[in-house]
Amino acid sequence: MSDRAQHYYVPQPSHWMIFGSAALFCMATGAASWLNGWEPGRYIVFAGLAILAFMMARWFGDVVRESEGGKYGRWEDVSFRWGMSWFIFSEVMFFAAFFGALYYARLIAVPDLGSLDNKLLWPDFAAQWPTAGPVFKDPFTPMAAWGIPAINTLLLLSSGVTVTVAHWALKEGKRAQLALFMFFTVALGVTFLCLQAYEYGHAYSELNLKLSTGVYGSTFFMLTGFHGFHVTVGTLMLTVILARCLAGHFKPENHFAFEAVAWYWHFVDVVWLGLFIFVYWL
Amino acid sequence: MSAVIDSGHAHDEHAHGPYGGVMRWVTTTNHKDIGTLYLWFSFTMFLVGGMLALAIRAELFQPGLQFWHPEFFNQLTTMHGLIMVFGAIMPAFVGFANWQVPMMIGAPDMAFARLNNWSFWMLPVAATLLVGSFFVPGGASAAGWTIYAPLSTQMGPGMDLAIFALHIMGASSIMGSINIITTILNMRAPGMTLIRMPLFVWTWLITAYLLIAVMPVLAGAITMLLTDRHFGTSFFNAAGGGDPVMFQHIFWFFGHPEVYIMILPGFGIISQVIPAFSRKPLFGYSSMVYATASIAVLSFIVWAHHMFTVGMPTAGILFFMYATVLIAVPTGVKVFNWLTTMWRGSMSFETPMLFAVGFIFVFTMGGFTGLILAIMPIDIQLQDTYYVVAHFHYVLVAGSLFSLFAGFYFWVPKWTGRMYDEKLGKWHFWLSIIFFNVTFFPMHFLGLAGMPRRIPDYALQFAGFNEIASIGAFAFGLSQILFLWIALKVTVLGRGEEAGQRPWDGADTLEWTHLPSPAPYHSFHEQPVLG
Ligand code: HEM
Ligand SMILES: [Cu+2]
Repeated sequence: MSDRAQHYYVPQPSHWMIFGSAALFCMATGAASWLNGWEPGRYIVFAGLAILAFMMARWFGDVVRESEGGKYGRWEDVSFRWGMSWFIFSEVMFFAAFFGALYYARLIAVPDLGSLDNKLLWPDFAAQWPTAGPVFKDPFTPMAAWGIPAINTLLLLSSGVTVTVAHWALKEGKRAQLALFMFFTVALGVTFLCLQAYEYGHAYSELNLKLSTGVYGSTFFMLTGFHGFHVTVGTLMLTVILARCLAGHFKPENHFAFEAVAWYWHFVDVVWLGLFIFVYWL
Repeated sequence: MSAVIDSGHAHDEHAHGPYGGVMRWVTTTNHKDIGTLYLWFSFTMFLVGGMLALAIRAELFQPGLQFWHPEFFNQLTTMHGLIMVFGAIMPAFVGFANWQVPMMIGAPDMAFARLNNWSFWMLPVAATLLVGSFFVPGGASAAGWTIYAPLSTQMGPGMDLAIFALHIMGASSIMGSINIITTILNMRAPGMTLIRMPLFVWTWLITAYLLIAVMPVLAGAITMLLTDRHFGTSFFNAAGGGDPVMFQHIFWFFGHPEVYIMILPGFGIISQVIPAFSRKPLFGYSSMVYATASIAVLSFIVWAHHMFTVGMPTAGILFFMYATVLIAVPTGVKVFNWLTTMWRGSMSFETPMLFAVGFIFVFTMGGFTGLILAIMPIDIQLQDTYYVVAHFHYVLVAGSLFSLFAGFYFWVPKWTGRMYDEKLGKWHFWLSIIFFNVTFFPMHFLGLAGMPRRIPDYALQFAGFNEIASIGAFAFGLSQILFLWIALKVTVLGRGEEAGQRPWDGADTLEWTHLPSPAPYHSFHEQPVLG
C-alpha cells in the first residue's frame, strides 16, 4: 500500500466542460439543419467544432500544467491507466459494430438476397462479394489489396515500431533519439493519411467506387473512413506529444501521457490489420 | 495508511466550492454536487416522460381517435420511451453512483472529477434536442424507442435530432462509466478488497462494464442509420445489398444488455436495503456477486429473443430461447437470497423497506412474464402486443423505478442530515404500488387478447381494460407529485427531524459507520482503513 501517495488530487471547479456542452449543442443542431437542407447550418457546425477545440485545448492545458507541476503521483497515474484502457475498450466495441455489419452483410444479407426466396424479385442477382446489391446497376471495381493498402500496412506497422523505439529512448533519457523517432512516427502517420486520401480519390474517379455503391461501398468507406479518422486523431495526439517532448516534458519514470498515446496508436494499428484482412484482402 | 485529498484550494471546510449561485453547479467537480444534478435532472425528465405517458393514456381511454393524430401518437410513444430510458432511469442510477460509490468505498471523490462534470452537463443538451424535436417540421421521431429501420431511415429532422441526442447521451454514459469503473478499481480504502465491496458498488462495477461494451455499439448502429438517411449508404437497404433486419440485430445487441444496465444497480440498492431493515447480513453475498456477473455475461447472447417473429433459422431460435431462459437462474438466485435475508430477520417496514419488498413482489412478476415471452411459440402470439408492454413496465417501473425510490428514502437522511416525512413516504409507496398494478396488470389481458402496442385506436372489446389502465395511470402520475413534495421538503426546504449518523440501525456500510449526516462536502479527507 505504501506505493499509494498520500494525496489524491481532486481538481478545482472548472469552466471548460460547459464549453464542451455548448459545442455539442451547436454541432448537433447545426448538423441536423444542414443535413435537412438549411445550408447555413454548416456554420453552426463549424462554430461548434471551434468551441470544442478551444475547450479541449484549455482543459488538456490544465491537465498538462498539473502534471508538470507534480500534482499527480502514483495513485492518480493508476486512474489514468484504467481510464485509458477502458476508453480503448469502448473504441474496440465501436469498431465491432461496423465489423459486425460487414460480416452480417457478407454471410447473411447478401446470400439471402440471392437465395431461392428472392428469385422472383431479382432473378439475375448473383450473391457474391463484393456487391452493390440487386438494384444498383452502376458497375464498379472493388479496391485491390496489394497496392496502396499493402503499403499502408507497412507504414502503420513501422510507425508502431518507431513509437516503441521512442518510448525506449524516453525511458533511457535519450531526448534527441526520442524526438527523432517521435518525428518519424508522426511522419509515417501523415504519409498514411495522404495515401489514403489518394486512394479515396482513385476510388471515386477511376473505380466508380463510392459511399453509395451498395453495401460494399458502405462498409468499405465507413470502416476505412472511421479508421482514417482515428489515425488523424492519433496523429494529432502524437504531434502534441512530440511538441511536449521538445518542450522538455516527461520524465524517464513518469510519462503516462506518452504511453496513453502509444497505446492508442497501437490500437489504431490493430484495427487496420483487421481492415486489411477483412475489407481489402478476403 | 491514510490519504488526504488535495483539492487545489486549501483544506478548509467549505460548505461547497469557491463559486456561488448557478456557477457552483456549472463548474463543480464534487461528486455530491454532480450526483444531485443527476438526480434532479432525471426526476425532471421523469415528469416530462410521465406527461407524455399520460397523453398516451388519455388517447387510449376510449376507442376511436380523441385527442391526437395517429402520427403524433407515435411520436408520443417514441419520445416517452427514449426520455424514460435515457433521460430518467439511466441518469438516476448514475446520480446514485455519484453520491454513494465514493462514500461506500471510502474514496475522497470520483477518479476523474472534471470528466464527471462533463458527463452530466452533456445530458441537458441531449434532453433539449429530444424535447425540441417535437417542434421541428414533421415533429419528433415516431419510429418507436427501438428506431427500427426502414421506418427510421425515413422521417424528418426530428429523427436526426433523436440520433444526435442518442450519440450525446451515449458519450455521456461511456464517460460516466469509465469514471465509475476507475473509481471502484483504484480508489477503494485499504483493506476493502473486491469481494468485500458493498453490493451496490459491485452491481455498478458490472453495469459500467456493460455500458462501456454496448453504448459504442448503439453509436455505431445510429451512425449507420444517419449515413443511410443522408449519405446514400445501404446498410439497411435491401436494394443495395443491405438488410433492415441487420439494424434489429445490432440494436438488440445493445438493447438487451441495456435493460440489465437499467436493473442491475437497482438490484444493488435492494441488496443494501433488505439487510438493513432485516437487521441481518445479506444472505449469500458471494453468490449475489456471481449471479450479477453471470447475468451480465449472459445478457450478450440473448438479444434475438426480441426478434422471434422476424425469421431466423430454427437452431438460432432454440439457442436464443434457451439462453434467455438460462438468465432466469441467476435472477432467481437473487430473489431467493433476498427472501432468505429476510427470513427470521427482525424486520421493520419503513418506506425504503416497503419499496424493496414491493420491488421483490412486482419485479418478480415481470421476470415471469419475461420467461413466458422467452418461449418462442408463445412469443409469436404475443410479440408487439400489450403483453410485452406489461412485461417491461413490471420490470422497469416496479423494478428500476421502485428500487430508485427505495434508494432515495434509504440514503436521503445521509445526504441531507434530515429524515423524510415517513407518513407521506408510506402514502407514496401504497399509492404507487396500487396504481402501478391498476395501470399495468390489465395490460396482460389486453395483450393476451391480441391488442397491438403503439396503436392509438383499438377494437371495441378492449375498451374496459383500457379504461382501467388509463385511470390507474393518471392516479399513478398524481402520486408522483406527492413524491416531488416529499423530496422538496427534505432536500430544498430542509424540513424533517435530524437524522443522526446512523438512522437505520441495520445499515453497516462506510457511509453510515464513518461519516456524519449530512455527509461532509468532501467525503473522506482520511481514507478509512478496514481491518
Ligand atoms: C427473467 C428475466 C427476463 C426475461 C426472460 C425477459 C424476456 C424478454 C423477452 C423475450 C422480450 C421480448 C418480447 C417481445 O418483444 O415479444 C422482452 C422484452 C422486453 N424486456 Fe424483458 N426479460 C427479462 C427481464 C427484463 C428486465 C430486467 C428488463 C428491464 C429492466 C426488461 C426489459 C424489457 C423491455 C424494455 C422489453 C421490450 C422491448 C421493446 O420491444 O420495446 N426485461 N423481455
Ligand atoms: Cu431482452
